[in-house]
Amino acid sequence: MTIVREIDVIPFRNRLKEIAIKIGMSLVNQTKIITAASELARNMLKYANGGNVTIEVVSKGRENGVRLVFVDEGPGIKDISLAMKDGYSTGKSLGLGLPGTKRLVSEFQIESEVGKGTKVTVTKWKNG
Amino acid sequence: MKNQSIKVLQGKKKHVLETWMKFQLSDESLREDLMSNEELRIQSEELLDAFLTNLKDDTIDDPKSSAFEAVVDILSGISISRAKQGFTPRETGIYIFSLKDALLNILQQEIKDPQELYVQSLKINKLIDSFGVVTFETFIKGREEVILRQTDEISEISTPVIRVWDGILALPIIGTLDSSRTQVVMESLLQEIVETGSSIAILDISGVPAVDSLVAQHLIKTVSATRLMGAECIISGIRPEIAQTVVHLGIDLSQVITKSSLASALRAAFQMLQLTVVKKQRVQSITE
Ligand SMILES: Nc1ncnc2c1ncn2[C@@H]1O[C@H](COP(=O)(O)OP(=O)(O)OP(=O)(O)O)[C@@H](O)[C@H]1O
Ligand SMILES: [Mg+2]
Repeated sequence: MTIVREIDVIPFRNRLKEIAIKIGMSLVNQTKIITAASELARNMLKYANGGNVTIEVVSKGRENGVRLVFVDEGPGIKDISLAMKDGYSTGKSLGLGLPGTKRLVSEFQIESEVGKGTKVTVTKWKNG
Repeated sequence: MKNQSIKVLQGKKKHVLETWMKFQLSDESLREDLMSNEELRIQSEELLDAFLTNLKDDTIDDPKSSAFEAVVDILSGISISRAKQGFTPRETGIYIFSLKDALLNILQQEIKDPQELYVQSLKINKLIDSFGVVTFETFIKGREEVILRQTDEISEISTPVIRVWDGILALPIIGTLDSSRTQVVMESLLQEIVETGSSIAILDISGVPAVDSLVAQHLIKTVSATRLMGAECIISGIRPEIAQTVVHLGIDLSQVITKSSLASALRAAFQMLQLTVVKKQRVQSITE
């Protein structure tokens, strides 16, 4: 799904919720992945003028989960370890989006190249 | 040599219009309640004029040609206004597709050679189909505009400030708390604090689907603004799953008074105002 405006986040979140419910994810985990998704979508909007996200159901052994891949072609992040620090923000914000998201999900992966863009992959297991 | 279908259609313009009108007026989806037949006729004639005038040897195979700009403009205008008037996609689609029926109908009457008829019909088909796509694209855009306007309206009516008690305001927030919504909430809350002289505001977020760092920031700002006005703000309706998420996210709400339900927030507010609610019977027994 492409996310280029603030209102695009709402259908994306609804879709994610539908899928999370379908695989039987607990309410707490649903809320966590939805919150994480909305952080990443907002970063994409705020710093990269939008981008694209895919939702995928994944499984590992008996465990099911959802995986989200956020890809943008924005300015990229110069120092990823700095961006992952609590309270670091270039946007006069709380600076909790990336580090908070990492705490909310089961698996977190970020790749970024200055001038090329950023790719964030997160996975939340049903019971993880 | 001029393309045969162009010659035929331009020569039979009146006939095309009559046939087209006949098709439109006989279709069961005609919306006489939304548009008069007279209006429909004027609209159709204008479009047909623009179409036939610009139908040339070099444009018949090229719907994107700048010569058809006028056609696309008229068509877009019609389908946007139809979307807003409440026409269905079918009712809007019939308009352009019945023009195709009319054009093909005339070609069939006028072109005797089957091979030629086939080739010309195909050309007209392709051309009108691509105008059909324009019609639907703009129709959807029109609907989206309607939805956007409604969203604005909903966000305004869905943030009521309720006087639950003398000096206590409650503000149930339902739906997503984005930046523009926060602005509306904050303005109406602060306004009401001034007007009623209230000293406590309860912000109930039971109906907010998720609290991310932006929503949290909006809440914190609203609390600070309320305090600047000399009132206290309580946030209620924090569901267990929201509480856990907020903690993991790392948001510090320790400076804010939070309660799990509106009832407990109200109790806290009564306490702050040094009010007690007692059962009637006990009151009687005390006064006796
Ligand atoms: N998609 C992105 N493209 C470019 N830079 C980004 C992207 N996402 C994050 N950043 C950079 O990383 C920093 C940290 O992001 P993070 O989401 O943690 O905080 P924030 O967005 O500034 O504040 P918050 O999310 O708490 O409102 C941002 O300030 C920004 O500089
Ligand atoms: Mg962020």
